[in-house]
This record gives sequence, C-alpha cells and structure tokens, in this order.
Amino acid sequence: MALLSVRDLSITIGRMQPLDRISFDLGKGEILGVVGESGSGKSLTAMSVMGLLPLIRGRITSGQVLFDGIDLTRLKEKEYRALRGRRIALITQNPMTSLDPVLTVGSQIDQVSRLHLGLVPAEAKARSIDLMQQLRISEAEVVHDQYPHQLSGGMKQRIVIAMALAADPDLIIADEPTTALDVTIQAQIMQILVELVRDRGLALMLITHDMGVVAQTCDRVVVLYAGRVAERNTVTEIFAAPQHPYTRALIGCIPRTASQPGSLTGIPGMVPSVLDYPSGCRFHPRCALAQAVCCDTVPPLEPVGVGGLTGCGLAACHFAGESAPAKGMRHG
Amino acid sequence: MADVLVSLRYLSRDFHSRAGLFGERRVLRAVNDVSLDIATGQVTGVVGESGCGKSTLARLVLRLLDASGGKVMFDGIDLGSLPARRLRKLRQRMQMVFQDPYSAIDPRYSIREALLEPLQVQGIRLARGEAAAKVDRLMDVVGLSRKMAEAYPHQLSGGQKQRIGIARALILQPSFLVLDEPTASLDVSIQAQVINLLEGLKTEYGLTYLFISHDLGLVRYFCDRVVVMYLGRIVETMPAKNAAPRHPYTRALLDSNFEPDPAKRRVVTRLSGEIPSAFDLPPGCAFAARCPRASELCRHERPELIASANDHSTACHHPIDQQ
Repeated sequence: MALLSVRDLSITIGRMQPLDRISFDLGKGEILGVVGESGSGKSLTAMSVMGLLPLIRGRITSGQVLFDGIDLTRLKEKEYRALRGRRIALITQNPMTSLDPVLTVGSQIDQVSRLHLGLVPAEAKARSIDLMQQLRISEAEVVHDQYPHQLSGGMKQRIVIAMALAADPDLIIADEPTTALDVTIQAQIMQILVELVRDRGLALMLITHDMGVVAQTCDRVVVLYAGRVAERNTVTEIFAAPQHPYTRALIGCIPRTASQPGSLTGIPGMVPSVLDYPSGCRFHPRCALAQAVCCDTVPPLEPVGVGGLTGCGLAACHFAGESAPAKGMRHG
Repeated sequence: MADVLVSLRYLSRDFHSRAGLFGERRVLRAVNDVSLDIATGQVTGVVGESGCGKSTLARLVLRLLDASGGKVMFDGIDLGSLPARRLRKLRQRMQMVFQDPYSAIDPRYSIREALLEPLQVQGIRLARGEAAAKVDRLMDVVGLSRKMAEAYPHQLSGGQKQRIGIARALILQPSFLVLDEPTASLDVSIQAQVINLLEGLKTEYGLTYLFISHDLGLVRYFCDRVVVMYLGRIVETMPAKNAAPRHPYTRALLDSNFEPDPAKRRVVTRLSGEIPSAFDLPPGCAFAARCPRASELCRHERPELIASANDHSTACHHPIDQQ
C-alpha cells in the first residue's frame, strides 16, 4: 500500500479553485517528481499534504489525503502538529526562511529531535552532528555552533535537510530544494538527498520545474498543469513516450548537449491565471494539437497503453500519444 | 576567425570593502586579468557560478563600471579613454539586457514610455507618428501584442517583461548586445521562448551577443564560443559548443548538469567543497581546493591560460586529455 495517497484532492482559496481533483500515490522508498511551470499548483499540493492551507485561507473542498492509512483532511490542528516535522518533513526552496537567524544552526537541528523524539540535549547534539556528517558537512562540531549568516547557501540548505531528517520522518516533501543554489552545489545536494532517501527507505515528494532533475532522480512523475494532473507515469515512460503534449513540451524546453540550434521549442503563451482558466482542457490555448473538442470538453485522466508496457500511466488529453504536427513554434 | 567587434585586454576590476566601521580594508578582485575577443555576428557565452565575476565583466564591457586595469576596445575605439558624451553616443551601438526584468523597468512608466526612454537619453527626437510606428514594430519583433504598449510593468508576466527588456535594448538598433542572465528568473518554458526569440533576432539583424549565464547546458546550446570563469579569471575558452572540456572545473560544471534522460543516470558530480571567498584567494590555482586532479604544483603556482590547437585555451597544470 502507498504511504501517501492523494485522491481527487480539490481546494479553494476564496473564490478560486487552484487545485482540481489531484490524485497520486507515493510508496516507501520511492521518489515522486511533481512537475509543472510556476502557477501549476505544485507548491499548493505540498501545502495541502502538510496541512498548511489554513495559513493562506485555503480549504480542502473534496478528496482525501491518506498518509499511512490516516485521512489527513480530517485531522485536528493538534493531531497534525504531532505528525508535521515528526513523520512528514518539509524542505523549502529558500533555506533562510526555514532557519532562525538568532539561533545557532545546531540548536535548531537539536530542537527537532528533542521535541519529537524526546532526546536529552546531549543525545540530541550527538544525533545532529552525526546527521551533519552524513550530509558531508566538514567540521560538523564547529558548524553546529555557528549562526545561519556565517554559512553559505549550500551549507544552510544542508542544515535544513538535517532538520528535516532529525525526527526520522517517513515522508519528506522537498519544494524546489536546490533552485536557489549554484549549479555545482545543486548537484551535490541533490545527490546527497537522494542517497539518504534511498538508504533510509524514505518516501520523497520532489517538487521541481526542472525535467532534468526529474530524469536523474525520480521513480515516478506527476505532471501538473493549471491545477490539474496532465499526466502521471513512471519516469522511464514519461521520458520515453510522453503522452500529453504538455509533458512533451516541458521536456523539449531543456537544452541537451547534442541539441541543434533552433530545436528548443518552448511553450507558446503562459500558464493561465487561476481566475481565468480556459474551458475544456486548460492547456488548449497553448497546444499545437488542440481541436474544437479540447476547447469544449475536459479530457478525463485515462490509462495510456504504450507498446506492451505495463500500463500504470495516465494522461488527460483527447489526443494522448499523438505527436505534434511539424510546425515551428518560433517567436512564441 | 571572423572580425573582432569587442576586444578585452587584461581587464581587471577591484572592489573595496571594510569589515565593519573600524575593520580592516579589504580588496576583492572581481575580474582579474581577462582578455577576450568577441567576434562579429557570434554568440560568445560566459559561464560560471555566483561570485565568478561574470556580471561585473558584463558591466565592464559596456563601461557601466570603470575598469581598475586593462581596456575594452569596441570596434577599434578604446572605451576607457572616451569622454562621457561620446561614450553615450557610442552606447547606441551596444546595449544590455538585464537579469531581472522586474527592476530594469521603472514601474511608473508605461511600456511605451519605457521603450522610448533610450531615445530620450540619446536626445533623439521623433515625430509622434514615427515613435508610435517604432513602438508597434518593436512589439511585433518581440512577439507581444501592440496593445500591451499601454500597459504598466506590474501587469506583465516575467517573460513579457523580459521581452520588453529586449525590445528596449533594440530600439537604438545596436549591433552588440550584452545579455546578463536574461532567462535566469524565468520558467524553463519561457526561457526557451526567450532564447528562441534571441536566436531569431540575431539572424535577422546580424547582432553580436555576449551571453552571461550560470547554466553551461544553455550556454552550450546557444553560444558559438564558451568562456568559463572561476573566481574572476577565465579558466577555459572552448571554440565550439560541443568541444570536450579540458579544465576539471568545466568538466565539473558539465557533470552538474541534469541531462533530461532517465536512461543516462549517473553520479552527477565528484566535486566537493564550495567556492572559496574572493577576498583571500589561495596563491596557486583558485580551483585547487575543490579539484580532483590538484597536485602540490597547483597549490603554489597559478596556471596561465594557454592556447592549444583549435583556439581552445585552458588554465590548468593537469588538463584532461582529449581522446
């Protein structure tokens, strides 16, 4: 059974409905990539699972978020607090927003295991230093007593990851964990995060807009567009045979080493505003395959069969699997 | 090699800082002894991580910053010796597109006013009809609707604003554009649109670009020549986009790139450590502390940038052999 199972999740914020029937499963030891452009609902999905929607006056209107059999949508705030940070941990994009500037970084990691695991200060410190070493922080004892401003961005993000791991969680949600970092540091940290998750058999929900990161790290992928699931599949199948034109377009946005000039197609237009979602398939105004039916009817999320492969893939497109017409989309 | 439009010689720039009010004065050399020729009609890419001096270099090239040493020649003219008036005149031929389109446009200006501002600065007066026609044409060129000229910056998305940034750089019909991370703040889909637009404009108007980026994958896709910087210095220049890197740092940058192909999974990087502070640079090669190939020699003696065959230069004592 999946550790996390999000089923038909819809949320509202005021009159807006930014998520519409989102479904996916995430098992122990798995890495799930949640991808899409800004405004596709990735971070809101994370906030829904973390139970943080009330902070932005959001509300789950239907659907379930099952975590280890518990329906999180029915939890009281107090019950949620016992899970959050303990069994479900969050790593955010900007480490500065997760760290308290007036406390040493070590004490902030200690706090997590003292609060959630009931360790005494000396035990907590030993545990923190051990974790910091696993995250390849050199001179962990020294860094333990330093303040956030004394550390580089990459180091701070390692501290945030150490905090996330401190209470031995089952599920980590990482929201663009390396976007703010330099490329070589980004690669190091992704690698360490993935290794730790694999070694400990944790479940990782990785939110990213970078299909390159997804290809290199994830087992399965959910592609979101304008608050709906566009496609869901294993990472191998998503890249080998993307069924939704949006998935194909996203993959086409990444320059490859062998790319020819002019081969970077991009996606014309932009993600629509939540106040102004198009009718039918929300991607149709930007889609090269769009027909009248796309404008009128919402395409259901249906199984896609690819040449004999076991079909666990789903795509929401009237023309799933059809390739784009040979027409340039230059100059947007 | 094609004609050289812009030529940098031994260019350096220092910044001074003080650690606290009574602290010690310190000097940071952001750009250190950089020589580079930018060929007419080509895209020269400069790539490196934060603090490598690439944005300072961009500003030095247009003399938005004065150099501490060395010179910039634009079409045979030494920018450093030009009086302000003549420099301003020459700027018609060289323009810049900034990383952050949000702060590059005055929020109180309508898009039309923002586009026409460079003409005002240059003291060029156009008849009203002529100005309107110019704005219309520019909006077409960058793929925005003409109506959008009446909008204000806050009504535009990041990608649209960056198109305006490009349009504004083009209004004076320059021959040279410095693009300082023009897509760093954009979504990948919008990044691809903007790169496509820049490719088209280059062909159409015969522009020369200096393209600054932290993304080696993008630079290798977009640029004819790749210049890699580390802590203020050029460590490698590669003639062709597909050339195999010889400097271990370039190799590491390339390895840090996440190839969008799950069939080609690999250990992304062997690099450890972080970029040292530019304030106290080590005596030898600045990359030695992070380099898997570093020897005693590297820690004591800085390798010079040496050109090998095919216009490929490397500053490394132990370059990677090419098969």
